[in-house]
Amino acid sequence: MLKTFSKGGVHPPENKFSADKPIEVLPLPKKVSIPISQHIGAPASIIVAKGDKVKVGQLIAKSSGFVSANIHSSVSGTVESITPVLDSSGYKRPAITIAVEGDEWEPTIDRSPNLKREISIDAQEIVKKIAEAGIVGLGGATFPSHVKLSVPDGKKAEVLIINGVECEPYLTSDHRLMLEKGHELMVGIQILMKALGVTKAMIGIENNKPDAIKYLTDISEEYQGVTVHALKVKYPQGGEKQLIKALINREVPSGALPIEVGAVVHNVGTAFAAYEAVQKNKPLIERVVTVTGKNLPKPSNFLVRIGTPVDELIEAAGGLPEDTAKVVNGGPMMGKAVSDISIPVTKGTSGIIVFPAKESKRKTEGLCIRCAKCVSACPMGLEPYLLIRMSQRMMFEEMEHEHVLDCMECGSCSFECPANLPLLDYIRLGKTEVNKIVRSRKN
Amino acid sequence: MDRKLVVSPSPHVHSGLSTSQLMFNVVLALMPAFAVSLYYFGVGALFVTLLSVLSCVAFEYLIQRFILKVRPTITDGSAIVTGLLLAFNVPSNLYWYIIVVGSLFAIGVAKLSFGGLGSNPFNPALAARVFMLISFPVQMTSWPLPIESRLKLIDAATGPTPLAILKEGLKKGDTITQIADQIPSHMQLFMGVMGGSLGEISAIALLLGFAWLLYKKVITWHIPITIFTTIFVFTGILWLINPEKNADPIFHLLTGGVMLGAIFMATDYVTSPMHPKGMIIFGIGIGLLTVIIRVFGAYPEGVSFAILIMNAFVPLLNRYVKPKRFGEEVKRNG
Repeated sequence: MLKTFSKGGVHPPENKFSADKPIEVLPLPKKVSIPISQHIGAPASIIVAKGDKVKVGQLIAKSSGFVSANIHSSVSGTVESITPVLDSSGYKRPAITIAVEGDEWEPTIDRSPNLKREISIDAQEIVKKIAEAGIVGLGGATFPSHVKLSVPDGKKAEVLIINGVECEPYLTSDHRLMLEKGHELMVGIQILMKALGVTKAMIGIENNKPDAIKYLTDISEEYQGVTVHALKVKYPQGGEKQLIKALINREVPSGALPIEVGAVVHNVGTAFAAYEAVQKNKPLIERVVTVTGKNLPKPSNFLVRIGTPVDELIEAAGGLPEDTAKVVNGGPMMGKAVSDISIPVTKGTSGIIVFPAKESKRKTEGLCIRCAKCVSACPMGLEPYLLIRMSQRMMFEEMEHEHVLDCMECGSCSFECPANLPLLDYIRLGKTEVNKIVRSRKN
Repeated sequence: MDRKLVVSPSPHVHSGLSTSQLMFNVVLALMPAFAVSLYYFGVGALFVTLLSVLSCVAFEYLIQRFILKVRPTITDGSAIVTGLLLAFNVPSNLYWYIIVVGSLFAIGVAKLSFGGLGSNPFNPALAARVFMLISFPVQMTSWPLPIESRLKLIDAATGPTPLAILKEGLKKGDTITQIADQIPSHMQLFMGVMGGSLGEISAIALLLGFAWLLYKKVITWHIPITIFTTIFVFTGILWLINPEKNADPIFHLLTGGVMLGAIFMATDYVTSPMHPKGMIIFGIGIGLLTVIIRVFGAYPEGVSFAILIMNAFVPLLNRYVKPKRFGEEVKRNG
């Protein structure tokens, strides 16, 4: 029996069209727009001005607090404008637009392909380096990584968990990274282990990626303390709490962080970025993005400079099919539908999915038949059928008692509902209102 | 780009499961039992079933269209399921007008007057069955004999059900051994060679339907299995105490509406609890009440009443028996 988490979960059709497509380097765009808020936390503060010349890897916006992240130029050229641009949130947000001229890198960055195994700096320096490089969680949540590596006083990290689950259907960027950058990933894991002071790291990978499991298991013998674990395919296993439950059978308490049970979770992409930052002195300026869709001519995995317009990725994957009616930034379960494909790729962009018209619209809502499928699908043990009713009746205090804030918005309930009820929409609304209540109580 | 894109919140994919698919699977699961009833009761079973389904669907359409003035929801298939279950719960020689009145009660009173699908507190087919039992006690309890009455619609030869034989015999003061030769063997009961409502007789056909529902994940095991276990254990204890006055547990499981009720009526989504814990309490309640009514009550059969009584507790169970939340019990033993 393969390990998995115990409560809830669903199994959406996988549709991983790009699983066997090696990572291709996307040609340099003519122009990039780099938003200064690509992470959870305070936006970075801009330190360049219009007309400035910048190099690849140059700091252009500085972290403005503990939970914030540095932002570097992903290209060389001239700062063309500093104006708000549309991003995946659907809002215009401040961004630095750079006209690309050549490809001149900061000289401190080691661009050689040689694997560098020896980790020469100590834990504190690693955390500092990762903060400087602007690394955030690349799984999609974009939480600044150095914060996760700074274990609060009185808590102790026991195990590092590496998230190679990639449970979102369609997405394959982590899968390809594990296959193609295995050794770099392993060194990255050693770096994160050293930063946390742990001797044990566990990589969790769903069993639909047997090649990655085999490859990483084989090479893990060369790296002390790292083990690879095949997991049953079940969404949302990539959720931190679910992955911890699956791998070490501990439940992170409601409202608490993984460190409460001695675990720290990082995505494989993050571990790779940590390798590049610490060993190669390279800040986070590019990432692997899956570009896919049922009717897309060439589903692909691209290594993309941050700030590249999404339409260039789609063009490189064969162009937008005629029947496209929806483009999603992220996975189909948790990603955001975008209104415009000129938006830039950011640190959190794990995939771009194009959906044909007939899969783009929701089906008509029916009546709740109380089939309880939402209850058995919820990985947090919540009762979506009840939460939607409370939300519709604006019973927000009651929703708080029903632990609505534990909802991680995985969408399993809406996915399963045979009556097509917009369960998650109303739960989100409720969460927003409950958060307001909680905040007003604190003031 | 001038193309207009659809922007909607996640998730962007759906399982594709629909209410009508679920209902269709229930209909399919009922087909083995229907086939057995056709074999044993012939034209009567066909006539009663068709009339019941048609009138349930018709009443749903007419009431929604002309009285409630809402868009009829007959395409979701729930009225078909109610019609089938209603037919399965009555004798195969029932007069047509009783079926029509029963259907009207099921759809009009038990379902739509509470707000329609999803809002009715009691299982419509069962509520209607009890209503018919009270209103037409004679017609509702004269059971045509299997096989012999295949070609007759109304005036078929009738006989009591095994449970009624048991009840009458015990009332007269007979012992189980004395009654035994009037009751079909366990094998016959399992196959369904006995008098009874048209869809409830064959345990094997109903268990086939159960397997289908489990396989298709339409229902979970919780409710039926707890009902079976409770009835088995409770009647087993009574049987061990006095085997001359109490029938054996297998007999209790195979007779009357236990199979049909536990698999198809107690698991009705709308009127059963939402969480496994609640479902187990619900199932135990039905099992206990069934045996109490059968052994100590006036009616030979108790499943219908037991389910209806427990239906009333469902809101309480939903409210006070919560699923275990993630992170509620903190385990630190890796």
